[in-house]
Amino acid sequence: MPNERDPRVTRVGSLKANENDLRVIGVPRRRVDARAKVTGQTRFADDIFLPRMAFCKLLRSPHPHARIRRIDTSRAVAHPGVYLVLTGKDVPIQYGILPVSQDEQALCVDHVRHVGDPVAAVIAREELTAFEALDLIDVDYEILTTISNPEEALATSAPRIHEYGEEGNIHKLVALEFGNVEEGFAEADEIFEDTFFFQGNTHLPIEQHASVAIKDPDGKLTIWSSTQTPHYLHRALAKVLEMPAAHIRVIATPNGGGFGGKSDPFNHEIVVAKAALMLDRPVKICLTREEVFYCHRGRHPILMKFKTGVKKDGAITGMHLQTLIDGGAYGSYGVASTFYAGALQTTTYHVPRYRYQGCRTFTNKPPCGPKRGHGTPQPRFGQEVQLDKIAERLKIDPANLRLHIVESPNAVTANFFRLGTVNLSECIRRVVEVSGWKDKFRKLPEGRGVGLACSAYLTGAGLPIYWNKMPHSGVQLKFDRCGGVSIFCGATEIGQGSDDVLAGIVAQVLGIDPFDIRLFTGDTDLGPVDLGSYSSRVTLMAGNAALQAAERGKAIIAEGVAEKLEVPKERLSFADKRVFDSVAPEKGVSFEEAVCIAEARFGTIGTVGSYTPPKSPALYKGGGVGPSPTYSYSAAVVEVEVNPVTGWVTVPRIWIAHDIGCALNPTLARGQVEGSVYMGLGEALMEEQEFRRLPKKLSHALVHKFPSILEYKSPTSLDMPEVITELIEEPDPQGPFGAKEVGQGPLLPIMPAVANAVYDAVGVRIDEIPITPEKIMKALAEKKAGREPRFGPSHFPRINWPEALRVPPPWEGGDGNAVNDVPRRTRRVSKKEKVLTS
Amino acid sequence: MMRLPLFEFRAPRTLEEAARILDAERANAMPLAGGTDLLPNMKRRQQVPRMLMSLRHIEILNRVALHDSGSRLGACVTLSEIAADRRFRNGLTALAQAASLVATPQIRNMATLGGNICLDTRCNYYDQSYEWRKSINFCLKKDGTTCWVAPSSRKCVAVSSTDTGPALMALGARVRLVSRSGEREVLLSDLYNNDGIDFIKRRPDEILAEVSLDNLHGWKSTYWKLRRRGSFDFPVLSVAAAVSLSGNNTVEDARIVVGSAACRPLAAMEAAKSLLGRPLNQQAIEEAAALAARIAKPLDNTDFDMTWRKRVTAEFVTYALRELRGDDVRAERESFTRCAFE
Amino acid sequence: MLPIESQKTSQIRFMLNGEETDVSFAPYKTLLEILREDLGHTGTKHGCELGECGACAVLLDGKPVLSCLVLALECGGKQVLTVEGLGEDGGLHPLQDAFADLGAAQCGYCTPAILVTAKALLDQNPHPTRDQIREAISGNLCRCTGYLQIFEAVEAAMLKIAGQKTSAT
Repeated sequence: MPNERDPRVTRVGSLKANENDLRVIGVPRRRVDARAKVTGQTRFADDIFLPRMAFCKLLRSPHPHARIRRIDTSRAVAHPGVYLVLTGKDVPIQYGILPVSQDEQALCVDHVRHVGDPVAAVIAREELTAFEALDLIDVDYEILTTISNPEEALATSAPRIHEYGEEGNIHKLVALEFGNVEEGFAEADEIFEDTFFFQGNTHLPIEQHASVAIKDPDGKLTIWSSTQTPHYLHRALAKVLEMPAAHIRVIATPNGGGFGGKSDPFNHEIVVAKAALMLDRPVKICLTREEVFYCHRGRHPILMKFKTGVKKDGAITGMHLQTLIDGGAYGSYGVASTFYAGALQTTTYHVPRYRYQGCRTFTNKPPCGPKRGHGTPQPRFGQEVQLDKIAERLKIDPANLRLHIVESPNAVTANFFRLGTVNLSECIRRVVEVSGWKDKFRKLPEGRGVGLACSAYLTGAGLPIYWNKMPHSGVQLKFDRCGGVSIFCGATEIGQGSDDVLAGIVAQVLGIDPFDIRLFTGDTDLGPVDLGSYSSRVTLMAGNAALQAAERGKAIIAEGVAEKLEVPKERLSFADKRVFDSVAPEKGVSFEEAVCIAEARFGTIGTVGSYTPPKSPALYKGGGVGPSPTYSYSAAVVEVEVNPVTGWVTVPRIWIAHDIGCALNPTLARGQVEGSVYMGLGEALMEEQEFRRLPKKLSHALVHKFPSILEYKSPTSLDMPEVITELIEEPDPQGPFGAKEVGQGPLLPIMPAVANAVYDAVGVRIDEIPITPEKIMKALAEKKAGREPRFGPSHFPRINWPEALRVPPPWEGGDGNAVNDVPRRTRRVSKKEKVLTS
Repeated sequence: MMRLPLFEFRAPRTLEEAARILDAERANAMPLAGGTDLLPNMKRRQQVPRMLMSLRHIEILNRVALHDSGSRLGACVTLSEIAADRRFRNGLTALAQAASLVATPQIRNMATLGGNICLDTRCNYYDQSYEWRKSINFCLKKDGTTCWVAPSSRKCVAVSSTDTGPALMALGARVRLVSRSGEREVLLSDLYNNDGIDFIKRRPDEILAEVSLDNLHGWKSTYWKLRRRGSFDFPVLSVAAAVSLSGNNTVEDARIVVGSAACRPLAAMEAAKSLLGRPLNQQAIEEAAALAARIAKPLDNTDFDMTWRKRVTAEFVTYALRELRGDDVRAERESFTRCAFE
Repeated sequence: MLPIESQKTSQIRFMLNGEETDVSFAPYKTLLEILREDLGHTGTKHGCELGECGACAVLLDGKPVLSCLVLALECGGKQVLTVEGLGEDGGLHPLQDAFADLGAAQCGYCTPAILVTAKALLDQNPHPTRDQIREAISGNLCRCTGYLQIFEAVEAAMLKIAGQKTSAT
C-alpha cells in the first residue's frame, strides 16, 4: 500500500528533476525492519532469555545527598536464591560519557548524590528474590545538605556534590562573545529584555532500559543492551572492567524508543557485565519505570535571560543570552548541553553580534543530559517568543519579520558555524500559506489564536565526543554470489529508521531491492564504528559511509560487467536488480550474475566506506559544540483554543514545514516530523520532570514528584491534534542524496508556537514551559487587574561570570580563534582536565 | 519488571463461600475483582494481603437488571459493559459517562463497578513504590507517621478518586454488603467516610455485592471529569449532578456531588437545596455553583494546582446544570474529555 | 518473609493463539510474566507493569486487557490472543501489513499491543470512524509516531478487510 499520494504530506522542491533514476530513494516504502516490528519479533534487550540466566536488581539510595559509612551485605548474601551481591568497591573506576566529566561510578563507593543513585546490586535466580534481598542490605549513611535547585547550588559552596567543576556546586561556566554586543545595543532602535523558564522533562521511551551480559565460551564479554551508543558503552566497559576493548562485544539491541535517554553508558550495564564475568552465567537487568526516571539524562531545566537589540525593520543588531542550568547530580553530556544552549541562536536569523554566558550547576537530582534537541529547545523557546513580542511592538507580522532576517545559505555565522542549504524562508512561506495565517493571525475570535515559530538543528555533531581524527561512521559491504548484499555498520536502530537509511541508500546505488539486503548493525564485533544514534547524525554520516561503500562496490562490479559485455563502464546502469547498457537496456545481466562476473574477475568482493565531517571554522574553545555538516530548518503554525475562564487549552491543528534536503523514505520522514510535533506538544503543555523538597525542618528528602508513566503526562491518542506536514526538498550537497536531518528539528518550533498562539488567543504571555491552564488563568487574572498580562520568571540571579572569550565574527575579520585565549593548536590540557580524563 | 508479592489465592463460586473465607481470614484477605487498582498497589507494596480472593467466578455478581421499578447492578459488572450499554441514559447518564471516562479502554474491560466504588484513596505521596516511600520515611497512610500533604494534620488526606462513586451518589444509589453474619443495604453516601485511610465503611469481612438504584424516571443526570489527558488519568476533580424537573422546568429535586476534592465524594447539599423550586436560570446556576465550590477542598496531592482545581469546581457545576436544563455544551465537554459521549 | 524459593508452582491450561497450552509457573505471576518468561512469547511488551502505558495489552476472550494486571491463575480455560497469533496462514494480518506499509511502527515497542487492540476494534466494529479508532487505542501510549500514521493504518486495514469480505461473498 504505497502512500505516494499521501494527502497529509506535501513535498516541495527540486528533487523530482531526476526522479526517474530514483527507484528507492524518495519513494514511500515499507521499512526494512517493519515485518519484525509488526509481528513482535524484533528482539529488544529484555526479550533475550538465555539458559542459566540470573536476574539483577539494584539497591538505590533513599537519600538525596549522603556519605556511605558502611555497607553490610551479609544478610542478602545468605538469602536463598541469591548468587552474588556487589558493592561500589567491586567496580570503583569512574566513567562518564564526556572525557571532561568522568564522574560516575557503577555503584557509589562513598557518596550518593540523588535519590536513586545505586549503591549495591543483588544477582539472584529469580528477579523477585533479588528484589526481596535488596531489603536485607544494611547501609549506614551520613546525611549531607540537600541541594535542590540552581539557586541553592550557587549559594552553597559546601558540601560539594562533586570535587571538580568551577567552584562549589557550579559545574561549568561558559562565556563567549562574538563581536562587541554593547555596540550592537547602541545601534538598536529598540531593546528587549525577557526572562524565560523551561522546565525539565524526560524521554519516556516505552521500553525500559535493559541489558543482558554473558561470559563467552572463550572468556570474553558480550553484552546486549538498549543503548543508542554501543561504541561509547564499549569504551566505558573497557575502562571500568579493566579489560582489553577487543575482548568486549557490545550489541545494541533495537531500542524501544531512545530520544537521547539511552545515549550514556549506564551503571546497570556495567554491573551486569561485571556480574556475568564473576558468575560465568548470563545476567539480565530490566529497569522498572521508576528506575528509568532515575537514569533520566533528560531536558535540563533552564532559566534564561535574552537581551536583544533590533532596528525598526526587525533586523537584529546584537543579542545577549544568559542561562542558568540545573544539571542534576552528574556531568553526563552537561558540558556539551551548556554550550548547546548558547550555540544555535545564530543559525536561523542573522545575528551580527552575540554574547553567551551559561552556567550549569550540580543539584541532588537525577542527572540531566541530551533529549531530542539537546540543549537547544529551551533557548529556542525564549528566542522565538521574544521575536513574537518584538514583532508586535514593531507592528510587523511575525512571519514577515522572520522572513526579513533569515540567515543566508552557506553563511558562516557570528560564532563560526558554516551553514549549508537554508530553506527557512520557504518553510515560513509554506506554513503561512497552508495554515491560512493571514486570515487568522489577530483575526480569530477571543479564545482562539494562532502562533508561529521557527528553528534550526544540526545534521550530526561535527565533532566526536572524545578527541580523535578517525571517521565518525564506517560501513562494510559484503557482496554475495547469490546477489545478496550484507551491510555491516555500528549504527543503531532506535526506531528512527537507521537500518532503513542504510539499506535504502545501498539498494538505490546498486539497483537492488532493500529487502535483498541483510543488515548487521549496532554490533561492535561485526561492524565498523559508528558513533551512535545521537545528534541526528545517522542519515548523513552513516548514510554517506554507506553511499561510499556502495559506490565502490558498484565500480568493481561495473568494471567486471563492462569487460564481459564489452560496454564502456560509464554506460552501465544499475536498476531493477539488473546491470545493463543504458543505451541498449536489453543488453545486460542480472545483479546476481554481475556479482559472479566481478568475483570471478577480482576475487571476493567487499568494500568499505567511511565519513568524516568537514573541518569547522570555529577554532575557539567551545567551538566544538554546534558545528555540523549542515542544518535542518523548520517552521510551524499552531492553532489553539483557550477557555477564557479556566485557561484550559485545546490544540486542534498544527502546520509544519521542514527543510529536509531529501526525504530518503518519505513515509519515515513524515513519521519523524509528526513524532517530533507530538513530543514537542507534550513538552509545551504537560510534560514535567518535577521534584518535591519536603519541609526542610522535618526532612532532608528531595524526591521525584511522580516517577511513573501515569503521572508523567505523555499525550494520548485523544490529545493529538491534526498535523499538516510539508517537506521542503532542496538537496544539500553534504547529505547522501541531499538528505538532512528530520528526527529532532521539527520538535523545536512547537513550544514557542504554542506560547505565541496562546497570546494571540487570549492576550497573555506564558514565558514558561510547560504552558498549563493554571498559569494561563493566573496571567488572565493579572490582565484583568490591569497588570502585565504575563506568567513567567521575573528575575535572573547574579552570577560571577568569567571574562568572555572574545571571538571577532567573520565580517570583522575574525579567523575563528578567540583574541584573548591561546589558539587551539597549541593549547595544553590543564592539570585538572588530565586528572578527569585519565 | 515490577512483581507481585507472594499471596495465597482463592476463587469461590458462590457469595456464601466467599463470605465464609473472608470471615475466616478477616483483614488478611482482600477481595479481588478487576485487579486494576489492587494489583498495582500490591506491586508497589502499598497493600500486601496474605490472601487474594477472586470475586470473578461468582456468577451473581455479574448480573445487570434494569427495570422500571429500579435497577440492580452486580459488583463485578465491568465498566465497559456499563459504558457501552445504551440503556444507561437520562436518569442513568451520569453513571455511563463516569464509567466511560475511567482510565483506558483496556482497563475498563477489566475494572468493575464494585472495584471503582471501593477504589483506594490516592495521593502523590502514597501511590509510589516501596523504595520511593522509604525515601520520604513513608507517610501516615502506610508505614509512616507524617502526612506530607499537611504535616500538621493528624488525619490522612488521600483523595477519593472514584469516578462512579460521585455519579452513583448523585443517583441516590444504595449498596448491598454481604457477610457471613448477614447482609445490609446502605446509601452509598453513607458508605464513604472523609478520612484517607478509613475512607469506606465496608468491614473487612464484607463483600460489596450489588448496587441498587430507584426508578429515576423524570430525572436527568450528568458527570463532568477533570484530568490532564483524554485517557489514563484519575479524576482530580469531578462533578456529578442529577435533577428532576417539573413541566415548567422548575427543579423538583436535585443532587450535586463533588468528587476528588476530599477523602470521599462530597454531596453539595446546600447547592442542591438552593435549586429547589426554581427554574435553572443563570442566577440559580451561579448561586449553586458558588455554593458547591465552597465545599471543595482540594489539596496539593494530585495532578494540577489545588487552587485552580477549586476554581474549576464552580465552572463544572455551571456546565453540568446548563447541560441538564438543555443547553448544548458538547463543545465544552469535548474540550475537557477530548472525546464525544454518544 | 517467605522466600520465593519455597513456593510451589501452579498449573493452568488455556488456549494461547488458538493452541491448547499447559503451563506451570510461580503463582505470583501475571499473564504478562508467564507469556514472556514461561511460554517464550516475548511479542507482548511491558513499559510499567502497573497498567499505565498499555504496552502489554492482549486479547482475553476477545477483549483487550492489560496482561500485567491479570493473574495467570485466573486464565485457566481462557482464550488469549497475542501478536504472535495475529497472522493468518503464515502471512500477515491486514493490520500488520498496513502498519508495516504506512509507518505505524517506528521503534515497534508499543506496536504489538496496539495491533491486538485494533483487531478487537475491527472485530467488533468493522467500520469505525477516526474518532472511534482514536478512542479505541487511547489506552496505548506511543512515544514515536504521534499516532496519526497508526490511525491511517487501522483505516487502511479496515478497507482491506472489508474488501476481502465483499470479494468472498
